[in-house]
Amino acid sequence: MHELSIATSIVETVLQEMQRRQLPAVETIAVRVGALSGVVPEALEFSFSAIINGTPLAGTRLAIEQVPLQGKCRNCGLDFSVVEFIFACPHCRSGQIEITKGEELEIAYLEVSS
Amino acid sequence: MTEKIAVERKVLSENDKLAAEIRSQLMQRGVVALNFVSSPGSGKTSLLEKTLAALNHELRLGLIAGDVQTENDADRLKRAGGKLVQPIVTGGLCHLDAKMITRVLPEFDLAQLDLLFIENVGNLVCPSSYDLGEDMKVVVLSTTEGDDKPLKYPGMFRRAKVMVINKIDLLGTSDFDLARVKENARRINADLKVFEVSCRTGAGLPAWFDWLRGLVHAPARDLPLTTGA
Repeated sequence: MHELSIATSIVETVLQEMQRRQLPAVETIAVRVGALSGVVPEALEFSFSAIINGTPLAGTRLAIEQVPLQGKCRNCGLDFSVVEFIFACPHCRSGQIEITKGEELEIAYLEVSS
Repeated sequence: MTEKIAVERKVLSENDKLAAEIRSQLMQRGVVALNFVSSPGSGKTSLLEKTLAALNHELRLGLIAGDVQTENDADRLKRAGGKLVQPIVTGGLCHLDAKMITRVLPEFDLAQLDLLFIENVGNLVCPSSYDLGEDMKVVVLSTTEGDDKPLKYPGMFRRAKVMVINKIDLLGTSDFDLARVKENARRINADLKVFEVSCRTGAGLPAWFDWLRGLVHAPARDLPLTTGA
C-alpha cells in the first residue's frame, strides 16, 4: 500500500505551494488519478485523512477525479477508450498503442477561501 | 467565497526529478540499469544469483537489493559472487524510490560498471509508480502463480519491457498455462520481450544471459527507456 507515500507527497507539495504563494487555508485539494496509476482512491483518501492532523491541512478535503484510460493507435491513428486494459486498436487490431490518458497522478488545483 | 488555484503538478515530481538525475549519471558512464519487479517468491533473487554466477567473470555487475526487512537477499547475492551488492532495507515500505537509489549509488564506481541490477521489493503494484532511473523494468513471474497475473496488475506489465517466466520445470503440476500467460501479457503490452526459464534446472537461462550480454554491447541510445510513472 503505497498510497501513504503518495499522500505524503501530496501534503508536502501542497504545503510548499501554500508557502510559495502565501495561500490562506486550503479547503480542497483536487487530484487526478489515472486508471493505470496504481493508486486506489479509497486508500489514498484514508491515508490522506490519517496524516493531515496537526498540519495546516487539517480539515482539507481531497477531491479525487478518476481518469479512464485512453489510447491512440500508432498504426492507424485512432483515438479510443481502452477497455479492461486491452491495448489493441478496435479498428486495425494493432497492439502499438500510445497511452494518452489514464497514467495521471497529479495535483490539478487547490480551492482556498478568499 | 472560494478561489480555485491551478497547480498542475505531478505528485511524484520530486521522485521523477531524482530519477532523471540517476538516469543521466548512468547513461554518461554507459551503465545499463535493470529494475527487477515481481510478487514475492517468483524467484527474483534466484534469477539474479544464477546471473551473477554466469556473468560475473565477463561483465562488471553491480546490484542493489531492496527488501522490506532483513538483508537476506543481499547476503545470498554476495555469496553468489556479487562483489558489488548494496542492500536497501525499506523498513516496511512496499517499494523502492529514487531517493533510496540516490543514497546508495555513490557506493558504486560507475566507470567500472556495465550492468546495474536493482532488485525491487516483492510487490506488483507499488513499484510500478516509482521511476528509479532505470533503462527498463524486468517483471519476473513464476508458473506457481496464476496465469491471469498480467490482467490483474496491468500497470506493472504495461510499464515493463521484459517478462521472465520462471519455474518452467513445474509446468504441468498446476493449471498454469504458458500460452495463456503470454497472451494475457501481450494484451497489456504487445512489445513485451519474454524469456522462459527455470532457475532450478537452468533451462532457458543461456538465452537470458545472451540477451544481457547484448545489452552491454548495444549503444546506449538504442535501449528502450522506461517512461516515468
